[in-house]
Amino acid sequence: MSATIDYLLHLADNAVVLGQRDAEWCGHGPILEEDLALANVSLDLIGQARLLYQRAAELKGDGTTEDKLAYFRDSQEFRNYTLLELPHHGALVGYAVADRDYATTIVRNFLYSALMVHVWDALQTSADSTLAGIAAKSLKEATYHLHHSRDWLVRMGDGTDESHTRAQAAVNHLLPYTEEFWTVSPAETAAVEAGVGVDVRTLRAAWDALVNDALAEATLTRPQVRGYVPQGKVGLHSEHLGFLLAEMQSLARAHPDGCW
Amino acid sequence: MTTTALKEWPLWEIFVRSKQGLEHKHCGSLHAADASQALHMARDVYTRRQEGVSIWVVPSASITASNPDEKGEFFDPAADKIYRHPTFYEIPDEVGHM
Repeated sequence: MSATIDYLLHLADNAVVLGQRDAEWCGHGPILEEDLALANVSLDLIGQARLLYQRAAELKGDGTTEDKLAYFRDSQEFRNYTLLELPHHGALVGYAVADRDYATTIVRNFLYSALMVHVWDALQTSADSTLAGIAAKSLKEATYHLHHSRDWLVRMGDGTDESHTRAQAAVNHLLPYTEEFWTVSPAETAAVEAGVGVDVRTLRAAWDALVNDALAEATLTRPQVRGYVPQGKVGLHSEHLGFLLAEMQSLARAHPDGCW
Repeated sequence: MTTTALKEWPLWEIFVRSKQGLEHKHCGSLHAADASQALHMARDVYTRRQEGVSIWVVPSASITASNPDEKGEFFDPAADKIYRHPTFYEIPDEVGHM
């Protein structure tokens, strides 16, 4: 049971953290249509997170709720991929700040949704029938997110010099973080053994094919990745998650059990 | 890599067919770089509240519209020809709404 709960939290934290990140574009999108598109993506992800937290809360059965799981856990308890908590720009030094970069947003959404279309597809046969149902619903959403981000990735990569440079920089920055996808966590191993989860390593070839195909069409180069492997899904996060959670959780913590 | 940036994206007219409706209805317009992008954007702008099951996008430049200055000769002559309206029939109650 606890294997299933840990696995559900990993999936839910992924969705809520990326949902919160992408929602930062709300009202600031590069054009009105993209502003709405990104907000739609965020709402899909937050909807997925809600269903997953609800199921985790149900299995925990100690009176916890979806809100408690989302708003009253601290960063080291979150089990999301580090990739998803990074800001919408490249690495900075010290206290430097930068504007949000749409290429970073798009590349991240692409790398993640290219994984999730395969994860949700596989989870449709999960031993947890609720999770299987959530997977069927989420697969349609992830498929659209993949279309949306892939379309922009190709337009940016195969666009102007400026857009190509930005897209390549975003790929170079973010691709190393995807190494975390393939390093199986204890929670994932337990969930796979219980028949609830999917062994992500079996999805790598399909993910590689999607990524290579899109990068080629976008005239972008896939950088060599080696070295550091992030460990967000075991609770070791970058410095960025705390700030993201502070913003996301402050209202619920200021007004516990508030209702409106 | 050699593409020059469009200064402004062309305008597209969006038509959406709702679940109940038979025909696509005009619901607005948006800017997009090409037809497939216009279709994606129309999905996000005009159908996110389950408004539709089918979308058409048409370049606004392809639409030839009647001239507002010719409104008089175009439309006014129809105003006094009430015999063109099927309002002189008695519809049996069983037929219901027509």
